Amino acid sequence: MTILPITLTDYLILSGALFSIGVFGVLTRKNAIAVLMGVELMLNAANINLVAFSKFTGPGVDGQVFALFSIVIAAAEVAVALAIVISIYRVTRTIDLDKEDTLKG
Amino acid sequence: MLSNYLLSWIVFTPMIGFVLVLLMPRDRVSWIRWTAAVFTFVPMVLSFYMYGTMDMSFAGFQFVEKYSWITAFNIQYYLGVDGISAPMVILTGLLSFLSVFASWNIDRAHKAYFSLYLLLVTAMFGVFLSLDFFLFYIFWELMLFPMYFLIGIWGGPRREYAAIKFFLYTLAGSVLMLVVMLAFYFNSTDPATGRHTFDIVMLMDQANQGLFIKQFWIRLAMYVALFIGFAIKVPVFPFHTWLPDAHVEAPTAISVILAGVLLKMGAYGLMRISYPLLPDMATYTAAGLAVLGLINIVYGALVAMAQTDFKKMIAYSSVSHMGFVMLGLASMTFIGFNGALMQMFNHGIITGMLFLLVGVIYDRAHHRDLNGFGGIATYMPVYAGLTSLAFMGSLGLPGLSGFVGEVLVFLGTFKVYPVIVIISATGVIFTAGYFLWAYQRVFLGPANEKYRGIARINGRELFTLVPLALIAIFFGVYPVPFFNLVGASLTKLLMMVGH
Amino acid sequence: MYPFIEQYVWLVPLLPLLGAAVNLLAGSRLPRHAVSTIAVGSISASFVLTVIAYLHIVSLPADHRQFIDTAYTWIGLGGFKVGLSFLVDPLSVVMGMIVSGVSSVIHLYSVGYMHDDRRYSRYFGFLNLFAFAMLLLVLSDSILLMFVGWEGVGLCSYLLIGFWFEKIENARAGMKAFVVNRIGDFGFIVGFLLLFTAIGIRTGTWSLDFGAIQSAVGLVPTAVLTTVGIMLFVGATGKSAQIPLYVWLPDAMAGPTPVSALIHAATMVTAGVYMVARMNFLYALAPDALRVIAIVGALTAFFAATIGLVQNDIKRVLAYSTVSQLGYMFIGVGVGAFSAGIFHLMTHAFFKALLFLGSGSVIHAMSGEQDIRKMGGLSKKLPITTATFVIASLAIMGVPGFAGFFSKDDILYNAYTSPYGGTFVWLLGVLAAVLTGFYMTRLVVLTFYGSSRMDPHTAEHVHESPKTMTIPLIVLAILSAIGGYIGMPEAFGVRNVFAGFLGPVFASGVRLPEGSVPLEWALMGVSVLAAFSGIGLAYYFYAVDTELPAALAEKYNTAFRPAYTGMYVDEFYSKYIVGGVMGLKDLLALFDSHIIDGAVNGTARLGRRLSDFEGAFDRIVVDGAVNAVGNGIVSAGGVLRRLQTGLVQNYLIFAIIGMAILLSFVLL
Repeated sequence: MTILPITLTDYLILSGALFSIGVFGVLTRKNAIAVLMGVELMLNAANINLVAFSKFTGPGVDGQVFALFSIVIAAAEVAVALAIVISIYRVTRTIDLDKEDTLKG
Repeated sequence: MLSNYLLSWIVFTPMIGFVLVLLMPRDRVSWIRWTAAVFTFVPMVLSFYMYGTMDMSFAGFQFVEKYSWITAFNIQYYLGVDGISAPMVILTGLLSFLSVFASWNIDRAHKAYFSLYLLLVTAMFGVFLSLDFFLFYIFWELMLFPMYFLIGIWGGPRREYAAIKFFLYTLAGSVLMLVVMLAFYFNSTDPATGRHTFDIVMLMDQANQGLFIKQFWIRLAMYVALFIGFAIKVPVFPFHTWLPDAHVEAPTAISVILAGVLLKMGAYGLMRISYPLLPDMATYTAAGLAVLGLINIVYGALVAMAQTDFKKMIAYSSVSHMGFVMLGLASMTFIGFNGALMQMFNHGIITGMLFLLVGVIYDRAHHRDLNGFGGIATYMPVYAGLTSLAFMGSLGLPGLSGFVGEVLVFLGTFKVYPVIVIISATGVIFTAGYFLWAYQRVFLGPANEKYRGIARINGRELFTLVPLALIAIFFGVYPVPFFNLVGASLTKLLMMVGH
Repeated sequence: MYPFIEQYVWLVPLLPLLGAAVNLLAGSRLPRHAVSTIAVGSISASFVLTVIAYLHIVSLPADHRQFIDTAYTWIGLGGFKVGLSFLVDPLSVVMGMIVSGVSSVIHLYSVGYMHDDRRYSRYFGFLNLFAFAMLLLVLSDSILLMFVGWEGVGLCSYLLIGFWFEKIENARAGMKAFVVNRIGDFGFIVGFLLLFTAIGIRTGTWSLDFGAIQSAVGLVPTAVLTTVGIMLFVGATGKSAQIPLYVWLPDAMAGPTPVSALIHAATMVTAGVYMVARMNFLYALAPDALRVIAIVGALTAFFAATIGLVQNDIKRVLAYSTVSQLGYMFIGVGVGAFSAGIFHLMTHAFFKALLFLGSGSVIHAMSGEQDIRKMGGLSKKLPITTATFVIASLAIMGVPGFAGFFSKDDILYNAYTSPYGGTFVWLLGVLAAVLTGFYMTRLVVLTFYGSSRMDPHTAEHVHESPKTMTIPLIVLAILSAIGGYIGMPEAFGVRNVFAGFLGPVFASGVRLPEGSVPLEWALMGVSVLAAFSGIGLAYYFYAVDTELPAALAEKYNTAFRPAYTGMYVDEFYSKYIVGGVMGLKDLLALFDSHIIDGAVNGTARLGRRLSDFEGAFDRIVVDGAVNAVGNGIVSAGGVLRRLQTGLVQNYLIFAIIGMAILLSFVLL
């Protein structure tokens, strides 16, 4: 059995799958934490893309640097997002997003 | 220096007072009162000075001030005085000063009251002194605004009705006046510049040269519209019903101003604008004016007799007395004109006095029902004496000024309208009837116990009444100064209307 | 003799005016004697000045006895001038002396009579004012100035009749006097307006001076002059209490008694007679007007006397007798015998003032009682009053030798012979003389003689009046007794001094026929007989057979009752004339408040209706369109807002679907 070399396409498929799972999570989960997880998946799918393109398109580590930067931003984003979730919870005593419809027209 | 701007000073001194009153704190009541007194005293003195320095043999306008104001429409700031307006200016000065003291017991919103009052005084002087039709119109309208509030805020129980009635009535008149004013404007040409003009003196000249509107019917319509505008102010039957309501509701001082000055503006307007600007129409409609004068005299007297409200009775007596003015103006004779102008002045003095007198009793008894008194002469002898003097003056007793005016109107008019004069002369009977009847009901008979402790007339009230009484006696005994003042201008007016 | 007076005539009316001014303005702060000194002093000084003017005038030649003193120009309008000018001629000087003289006496009398009145100074102020107005009237040089005095006496009568105004009847009587006088004044005004105009348009001279009128009056047509004459006489009927305007005079006794004396004798009522005499040059050209005056005078003389027969109030009898005597004066001036009319005016002033002052003395003694049925036998307690009253009565009845005899006889003689009079006028005059004899005798007998009918309480207090009251009575009694001798008839073979003195004034007046001595004696006999028959009849009724009058009154009740009440004239006037005016004024007031003001308010209501309608239009149509747009948007929003679930996830779904659609466009 020949081990087929991992190509760019494989990375992209992985990343696409991961992104789709993330979107699905964001759109369907009721729990705000779970939605946040979905968002993390989408971010990391993007990171995979960055690293993959960096590896397959010539020398330089620009892609990896971007990925690292993105991970740091994601960490900050999670912190802010969790803070928002906590403050929503404090006000409404729930983190069920179906109940959070104050924007309803 | 003073005489260059004399008339402006007369007109705008009260306006300075108006600003000062507005700047004062509202609780400084006596500051406000005395400011009003001072700033009406000054124009009064200036009007006396004007009388003293006028050239009475000169028929034209004196102390003239003429500046271009709104150049786009050739509107001028144009003031001047002649023999016709001078007595009215003096009357305004006198009554506006004395009425301040009749306003002494205004009990609320002093600041607003006296500021509006001063504004009113400015407007009144302005009406009598402007020689630009537009300026005249502005002052005429400016008068309306403070008057509305003075009646509507400080008046009696039905003050709002009365104020609105007064306002709408006068406004209806001014609209007609506005239309006629514009008609004059667009048919006039300033010979120097070729532009249209509002200059009354210039318009008079053009009317004399026959340059005005050629169509008879348009001239007639203009005359009638203008007449209605002025007739409402006089007031001429049947436009008189605002007067009793306004008088009854207005505070004393405002009644005095209303009867003493505002009613004169209608007749003054006829003499200053209608007659010189449309002289042929004045002659054409004179008989109608005489008939209206007759109706005013007799009808006013009879309706006055039916009143039970003291003030309303005097209001209708004004209707009756102003009838003499119209009769005199309709006569187109020198004697009749003199009588009419004299009657205007006298009516201001005597009726002003009557309203002040009603105010005196109203302040004490808080009602004006003629049947609700009785025997007041026992408690208030001086007051009763002054009232009888004013009543006698008003019913035309010889020796008081009212007689001179009335008899001259009769003497001047009889030649032209003998029948109308004869019927008008029955007015002397009815006038005597209602005044004496009222006097009997209020002052004579057994003393009404209810008014046992009623306060006698006080010094402030005497201060407002005595000057008027002295003037009424003086001009009854020696009216010649008055005739000297007005003679030249009335001769000129008579020439303008072609007699 | 005293030429200085030619510049000082104005003082004659001015002095009482000043007295009035001082007493009215400051009198309440002055002591009583100062008040009365000022009042009596000022009018007496006027009297003295008038006498000086008289002396001056008699010293002039007969046809130059006239001068004019102009104080200043009162009204001056170009050509039309009325001066404050005083005309002194025999007529005005005689009138001036009567007015100021009798007024002085009455002023003096008032000092005692009004002593206890609390409005003492005001009384004297008004009294002085009255004298001022009357002096102005008689001395004025123009109709207009005369009218000032004319109205002035009206005012003063109003003030004095209603002097005790606490009683409403007094106030009403004063008002009645003024208003009735004003009705007369209406006629007077129309008269002088017509005269002024008629002369003005014919001569171009616009003037009301007597001199100017006299010189121009010939140019005016007779019809106009007759109208003027009658209209002026209407004024005189008001002032001098003639039919139909006499009704105020009987009520005028509501004032203090000296005031009645003043009104009835010296001032006020004589004004009309004086005016006709003053305008003699006009009436000479208007014979029809003269006839009217004579007939009205005769009717009044008779009619008022009949009412006077049965009155029981002492002052009311005298009041009707004044009306009647004024009728005589108008007969006199009406038949063109102007000096006879003025002569009677003068003698009447003496005896009527005396009668009133005497009645005042009686009323004073009787503590205010005025009903002659409750008097009787007063002659013992009031000797001076009785004596003077009887002299005055003899004078008024025309008993030969007393003043009234000469003047009344003069009038009746002229009434018979004058072309403007005639038998009818004369006969009424004679009948009135009978009645005068009757009612005066009745009055004297019931008041002073016979047995006392007083209630005992009043009787105790009866006393003769103080000297300030009796001296005037005595003065007037002397004048009433001898005052007639200055005007003795020519039949006596002497010159009529009075008529001779007044002659120049009436020179341009009516030409009367030459006198006939036998006729004059005959007529004199008739009038003396008339007077004595009245006297005798009354004496029989009230002194001899005292039961008879009551029995007659009982029997002919229907004839007596109208006379008691003054022939129902007052009732007639108050019902039809006053009632008519009252109805008219109410009607007009309703017209004013409902029709005229109704129209005004109707216009206002119409305006409001119109604005209501416009408001509705505005609301429904204009606003409707605007709102329709708004409503459409709102309902669309209602549908569309369902999309806004408020759930962020839904929005994301939309975003993704949208993106997918966009991508599908790009990619496919």
